[in-house]
Amino acid sequence: MRTPMRQHLVLRVTTKLLVPFILLFALYVQFHGDFGPGGGFQAGVLFGAGFILYALIYGVDRARRVIPESAQRVLIAAGLLLYVGVGFAGLALGGKFLDYNVLAADPVGGQLLGILLVELGVGITVAATMITVFFIFAARRRGGS
Amino acid sequence: MAVAILRLRSLFAVVMLSGIYSLISAGLFVTMDAVDVAFTEAAVGGGISTVLMLGTLALTTDREKGPVTNLQILPLLVVLITGAALMYGTLDMPDYGDPQAPIHGHVADRYIAEAPETTGVPNIVSAVLASYRGYDTMGELSVIFTAGIGVMLLLGAGTRRRKD
Repeated sequence: MRTPMRQHLVLRVTTKLLVPFILLFALYVQFHGDFGPGGGFQAGVLFGAGFILYALIYGVDRARRVIPESAQRVLIAAGLLLYVGVGFAGLALGGKFLDYNVLAADPVGGQLLGILLVELGVGITVAATMITVFFIFAARRRGGS
Repeated sequence: MAVAILRLRSLFAVVMLSGIYSLISAGLFVTMDAVDVAFTEAAVGGGISTVLMLGTLALTTDREKGPVTNLQILPLLVVLITGAALMYGTLDMPDYGDPQAPIHGHVADRYIAEAPETTGVPNIVSAVLASYRGYDTMGELSVIFTAGIGVMLLLGAGTRRRKD
């Protein structure tokens, strides 16, 4: 699986065309999740799927140049940290844990901000986890690493 | 389709069939007005897990070992009784979409009535997930986090490989 599919021209061109739109759609799902179907989890999976498609066709090594392993690890932790951080921010501003009402001047604005940040945290962790898990699987060779 | 998945010996075909099954159930969720769930099912079940299964097949083998020839009575009995009990349980379930169902008498009304005003978020599913049920979503996120770390540790993503 490590060898890129160099001979499949149709797959390569189609992937190149599709990946930007998949990533853009993932961002749309992420930030439009408040209004339509979707949210952090779905967006993270879509974002991960876009990268996995790229890695499938162009090879893991090339995809790894876009997101190095160290960045993946940081991102996995960063998403959860953002979520918990929002919770503690509510605590620090005089509310309860994960209480978004105190994050902004008025409660509704605070809720909007809190939900946005929390969903962003979910999206980051999910996307990074999906990409990492796939890369680990793909980097292994048959019969042990 | 489930029977086909059971009977087939070529694991590649099995993975493809289960991906198609996920896609069909996503369509089912859409018809039941659960778009968020359908979205997740299509992306995770039809997409990511299929790719991961194929990755596993590439690492191991894509042929299943020969069938179990001797009929085992006890497991068959257990499965049949459990299945019958589950089906018997569904007889008592309220009709689909019944407003009198116990699940709708709890907090659902309050969520539907209040969520758009108190959170300012029109998608009630998002409001419930991220705000009302914030703790649960945090738990789910830590599950994913832990799973990622677990795969890293087990399959060794570390750049520092032991050289011996």
